[in-house]
Amino acid sequence: MIKVDEKGFYGKFGGAYIPEMLHPNVEELRENYEAIMASKEFQDEFRGLLKDYVGRPTPLYFASRLSEKYGAKVYLKREDLCHTGAHKVNNTIGQIILAKKLGKKRIIAETGAGQHGVATATVCALMGMECTVYMGEIDIARQHPNVERMKILGATVVPATSGSKTLKDATNEAMRAWINNPVDTHYIIGSVVGPHPYPEMVARFQSVISEEIKWQLKEKEGRENPDIVIACVGGGSNAAGAFYHYYNTPEVRLVAAEAGGLGVNSGKTAATTAKGTPGILHGSKTILMQTEDGQVVEPHSISAGLDYPGIGPVHAHLFDVGRGEFVAVEDKDAMAAGVELSKLEGIIPAIESAHALYALNLIEYSKDDIIVVNLSGRGDKDLETYIKWGKY
Amino acid sequence: MNRIHTLFNTKKERVLSIYFTAGFPELESTMEIMEAIQAGGADIIEIGVPYSDPVADGPTIQDSNMIALENGISLKKIFEQLKGFRAKIRIPVVMMGYLNPIMQYGMEEFCKKCKEVGVDGLILPDLPMQQFIDDYKALFEEYGLVNTFLISPQTSEKRIREIDQNTNGFIYMVSSHSITGAKAGISEEQIAYFERVKAMNLKNPRLIGFGISDAETFSKASEYSNGAIIGSAFIKTVKGSKNLNEDIQKYLKSVVE
Ligand SMILES: Cc1ncc(COP(=O)(O)O)c(C=O)c1O
Repeated sequence: MIKVDEKGFYGKFGGAYIPEMLHPNVEELRENYEAIMASKEFQDEFRGLLKDYVGRPTPLYFASRLSEKYGAKVYLKREDLCHTGAHKVNNTIGQIILAKKLGKKRIIAETGAGQHGVATATVCALMGMECTVYMGEIDIARQHPNVERMKILGATVVPATSGSKTLKDATNEAMRAWINNPVDTHYIIGSVVGPHPYPEMVARFQSVISEEIKWQLKEKEGRENPDIVIACVGGGSNAAGAFYHYYNTPEVRLVAAEAGGLGVNSGKTAATTAKGTPGILHGSKTILMQTEDGQVVEPHSISAGLDYPGIGPVHAHLFDVGRGEFVAVEDKDAMAAGVELSKLEGIIPAIESAHALYALNLIEYSKDDIIVVNLSGRGDKDLETYIKWGKY
Repeated sequence: MNRIHTLFNTKKERVLSIYFTAGFPELESTMEIMEAIQAGGADIIEIGVPYSDPVADGPTIQDSNMIALENGISLKKIFEQLKGFRAKIRIPVVMMGYLNPIMQYGMEEFCKKCKEVGVDGLILPDLPMQQFIDDYKALFEEYGLVNTFLISPQTSEKRIREIDQNTNGFIYMVSSHSITGAKAGISEEQIAYFERVKAMNLKNPRLIGFGISDAETFSKASEYSNGAIIGSAFIKTVKGSKNLNEDIQKYLKSVVE
């Protein structure tokens, strides 16, 4: 059974390894999130905004030319059509309503590529809340359009100048900012990472993805369960959302595509399950890339959204018990898969999502299999990277 | 008897604890710094175990952690440096470190080594109380290590009581809701919190840390507790020092004067 326990563990992984200064905030959230999320008032507002503001349900699209090429029935779950261009907004809508119900006045968030930062700045504009986004200095330079998007939306973008100046350090800075502002501030974490209850809470907000896949597939194929679901894993929120309602349906194979970077053994990779070991990162016990001495290692991926040294505890558990199949997709293969989808289906995917697409080449399946690939985002933000890549 | 207990049995006021980062400013500074801290009149030494992602620390300590790691420090190295330190250091010594490097070293091996070299206590800021009780309390006791938890102005009275029950060294009172780093002065709001905790009559002694930097803040904090902890301000003293022994003693004398 894949399920979080009372202490916030999925098997061996999870928990809340946080400094005492964060305990009151995290405890407040833990004590309240389930009741708030279960209330009709919350659900009405959440569902209403997902429909009218985000544009849900997102289509489950039968990709016929892609299917022909791969010799299976391939469906794309079109999270790329969400407002702001990725699945990230499902979570930020949920968390901002929750923050309001908790009486919070300010929002902080971390971002890597800027997608979660934009999704957070967007909902803060929507709700009229003050928003500060922490972003690594290096990411600010390489994801400039998203920095400006956040500013247009009214957010303050604060550079994280510590450590390696990327996503993991932006997350550290956001946690520090939360320690410094414990009372009126809510921290919107952007993936299924962090101390309990974040991983489970974010997964539940994203679970709308598999909830929709079920009824959409039923309509199209007369069955709720595909044979395989594939999603990319940075921290793992789009994957958790796409897997959520299939966790305990063993006949549905769950495939997680990690960023192989320049190659799993190149020293420049973000393939966490391949190169990582158990440890603690950002408040939970999980699998992370680290030195023998327990220092966190800086990952590499061509896609900023997958450039994270850990994975959410639920994925560490799926890996540990063999419920998930984990594959590593290299930069060059992801780029090729992104270009391929563009030519075959007229959809330019986010490079993160292109990792999930390439996994079709790495797994075994049979001709009649129904495969759902979670297309977590669109490629607009990645145009620069595609152009630099040049092979199209 | 554990040196921390002996200390608080005999000294109840103006106890001064000094935090430094192992491996900073130079890889081999550890022993020189410890001797100077003792000679300067401090009562407890806190050895900071460097970590790549110290979430409870401000820029000064982040920086010292980064440099120490670049210098090549590791827990293995720290224990090598500490071998035989009890020949020179008689005051209590506490190890302070984030959980991950210690977990990779192995918690039991870590505790064993601490006992072997003569460490008296542990401060693991990201080890939550419940996890400590479930997984490590017995282990710490087995190796004679006293454990210290942090509390902050946001910590509820109920939780402070629980923490007091599960602590047997001292309680580390974080002076405000903030990460480490010297701030100017101590506010009315902070004093109200110090008084509130003082009035709880806890069984453990209390040291106030975060934002303590000089004679004035040390004395002020000591009015409401058994003493205080200095970290960032000490790191600033050490940073760029040409004569560690002299600069450290001069600084400590200015604090305890
Ligand atoms: C389009 C897209 N997909 C995937 C991710 C990775 O995040 P997660 O693994 O949490 O879904 C990101 C993160 O920025 C993203 O923008």
